Amino acid sequence: MSQAVVAKLKGAFPATVQEVKEHRGEVTVTVKREDIVQVCDFLKKEAGYNFLCDLCGVDYLGQQPRFMVVYNLYNITTKERLRVKVAVPEEDACVETVSGVWSTANWHERECWDLMGIRFANHPDLRRILMPENWEGHPLRKDYPLQGPGREPYQGRLS
Amino acid sequence: MGVKQQGAELAPATEYYKVLGDNILTTSLDKLVNWSRSRSMWPMTFGLACCAIEMMAAGAARFDLDRLGVLFRASPRQADLIIIAGTVTHKMMPVIRTVYEQMPEPKYVIAMGACASSGGVFDTYSVLQGIDQELPVDVYVPGCPPRPEGLLYGLIKLQEKIMREKNSFGAAIGAGQVIRD
Repeated sequence: MSQAVVAKLKGAFPATVQEVKEHRGEVTVTVKREDIVQVCDFLKKEAGYNFLCDLCGVDYLGQQPRFMVVYNLYNITTKERLRVKVAVPEEDACVETVSGVWSTANWHERECWDLMGIRFANHPDLRRILMPENWEGHPLRKDYPLQGPGREPYQGRLS
Repeated sequence: MGVKQQGAELAPATEYYKVLGDNILTTSLDKLVNWSRSRSMWPMTFGLACCAIEMMAAGAARFDLDRLGVLFRASPRQADLIIIAGTVTHKMMPVIRTVYEQMPEPKYVIAMGACASSGGVFDTYSVLQGIDQELPVDVYVPGCPPRPEGLLYGLIKLQEKIMREKNSFGAAIGAGQVIRD
């Protein structure tokens, strides 16, 4: 099961794995930001996680570090899942790209950059994917005004 | 707003009306031109959200827009009218502008539903708060979405509006511009 994979991962990268959590059979591993590409490469080649279901960013506004990038992995052969997380500080919101490991990460990382403002180093084509190209700001950040910059927030009905 | 917006340009009207004068010949010809235009309004086949479902229902057998000479065209080059049927996002706006600019004059715009008229419930950064920020709207149809009867009423209102146009014959032969109220 996934715990065996975690043990294998800990054996290969003893200094990288920071935290392992299991909740209702779902295993989450938090790893160091610098080693994410090596960890993902290991998980794909040695543990058989051949499918990246989703890659997303989370904004924990008010906490340090502010952001997290979450990788949801799936092993199609054994139908096992694993979640890998990386903490990203606001002042250096940048993670190494994993698009060399799973090609699908290319567009996922573009979405994460577009909406959360987390850059992905060595990404082949880091452009906006959902918002217009001339858009300013990253709208899924918690401190982004809902109605867009330059508009007064809704104050309720006037009548 | 995050996106830079361009104001809709409106043609100046008043002085041009004096080019051909206001007599029984020109006004009758204006009426003929207005009648032919208002009875053959061909809308662009263009739907954006749930309003488009009501627009399709209005075009289908039960409500039958063909009775009014309203035939949906799949090309902006053959269209006189664009019904903005649904939520307009900032990302969609360049597409709508391109389609609108490809339509030949005279062209009309109907803002169908709350979203196209004012942004509706989508008071967010990504949604344009009313198509009238970008295009000159002739008729607003309220509702969320409006029933086909509502759209029919809006189209009849636009027909009446076209019938009130002045100097439409003069504009067609190159003398001055159409005067709309």
